[in-house]
Amino acid sequence: MRRAAALSLFALAPLLLAADKPVLVPDVSQRDVEIRYSFTGAELLLFGAILYPGGRVPAKPAEVAVVLRGPVQPIVVREKQKVAGIWVNAESVRFRSAPAFYAVASSRPLDQMVDARTAAIFELGLGNLQLSPANVGSPGELSRFEDGLIDLRRRTLLYGQRTSGVEITDGVLYRARLVIPARVPVGRYTAETFLIQDGRVIAGASRDVAIRKTGFEGYVADAAEHSPVAYGLFATAMSVLLGWAAGALFRRR
Amino acid sequence: MDLYLPIANLSVNALVIIGLGGLVGLLSGMFGVGGGFLTTPLLIFYGIPPTVAAASAATQVTGASVSGVFAHARRDGIDFHMGAVMVVGGVLGSIAGAGIFRLLQESGQIDTVIAVLYVVMLGGIGGMMARDAVRTLVAMRTGTQIAARKRRHHPLVASLPLRWRFYRSGLYISPLAPLLLGFGTGILTMLLGVGGGFVMVPAMLYLLGMPTQVVVGTSLFQILFVTMAATLVHATTTKAVDIVLAGLLLIGSVIGAQYGARLAQKMKPEYLRGVLAAIVLLVAIRMALGLGWRPDEIYSVIVE
Repeated sequence: MRRAAALSLFALAPLLLAADKPVLVPDVSQRDVEIRYSFTGAELLLFGAILYPGGRVPAKPAEVAVVLRGPVQPIVVREKQKVAGIWVNAESVRFRSAPAFYAVASSRPLDQMVDARTAAIFELGLGNLQLSPANVGSPGELSRFEDGLIDLRRRTLLYGQRTSGVEITDGVLYRARLVIPARVPVGRYTAETFLIQDGRVIAGASRDVAIRKTGFEGYVADAAEHSPVAYGLFATAMSVLLGWAAGALFRRR
Repeated sequence: MDLYLPIANLSVNALVIIGLGGLVGLLSGMFGVGGGFLTTPLLIFYGIPPTVAAASAATQVTGASVSGVFAHARRDGIDFHMGAVMVVGGVLGSIAGAGIFRLLQESGQIDTVIAVLYVVMLGGIGGMMARDAVRTLVAMRTGTQIAARKRRHHPLVASLPLRWRFYRSGLYISPLAPLLLGFGTGILTMLLGVGGGFVMVPAMLYLLGMPTQVVVGTSLFQILFVTMAATLVHATTTKAVDIVLAGLLLIGSVIGAQYGARLAQKMKPEYLRGVLAAIVLLVAIRMALGLGWRPDEIYSVIVE
């Protein structure tokens, strides 16, 4: 619900802004991130300009936060416990809307830029993700699983938070580099930029980024997903042929 | 040399995977085992998701067993009749395995079950092989002869209803016995990505009482077709077959197997069996320790 409210607020933002408010002109270095045979990750540059009314940079310039967000997925987080001497998956929690990827960078530490309420509305920061847990026991248990999920994905670089990732030049040009790891899931991503002043979001804009497999990799992934029988037959045939050819080759020598 | 695996969704060093396949191929050439029991755990240690590791290892075993099947067929070392019965059992087993796989995945216990199965099987078989190897070595040193085991099928097999004649094996037993054996190994192929030769060969020798000359060939024949079936079942159910991964492993393993076969001719078979027993036991111990140690990751995430 809060998410929907935030989104509608976001859509209305240009109308609500008075003419004397600054405007954001954002862009991303790549609208398409292509995963190919030698893909070991990528760097996405989020950059743009802040247009202040009258072209004058105020004495106290605004701060910028950027968020790159992957498609939302329903997930299950499982926790291992020691049962009868071995570690097995015991309890689990379902989250209906965990982003597959989430990276935030800001020009100052987020907690110094916005209050807790604003941060929650705009989902700024890893602690403010709206994960929609489904089957929760106690609040303590929920936060344990949330921390487990965030910690795991932080270490695999799927989630990230950099408090000084945004550079602002002369108060008008900003840029931020976000790292996309090799294990990134494919899908439609959004790159959001927020202009923040006095703890409030005064302007926001977003750009779509598509991350997809192309070339041979895209073809293979597509075949495995959409024509599994042909794919399986091809894999088997490849295996038999390679094995047979190698055997024949080495026997002749 | 980084290469992106399209199904596993990660980048690997292609040379490491080829080398890994080469190592497994070397062992399979030396000892005549498929090597799947090493491929899957090694891939998991390297960071490949367990399901992708098992599925792609099954595909690789197909290729690794092709030339062996031809070689044994030329030497008349395959009981095709017995093999066909076992293939039928194996195909049914891999389909049943897919159901078991799904159930375990949903309950979140697939990784634990895979690890426990490895420990039990490799531990049991490694222990048996080690005992045999030590006994042979002691006999060699002291110069005593071990009485050859009488070839005879197990009384349990004899009690099964319906009997067929298997001429090449010289057996008159119920086809249900090889069918069940094939069924069991089919499940293992599906869950673990192993050919199952290391279970099947002793079972064929000691339970069915088949003659040694046809045991290895017939087991390879069964492995060839059952791993093909397992690849197809994986491709249609778990969608976890990574042909790039399987191809890399295969390139390594077919080359490794040739050198392994040459190495094997220079070594005494008694020592060879001792070394294989040690390797199998080491993998089992590593897996057992992995179950008892506190794992690196307490939490795991499954996308629904």
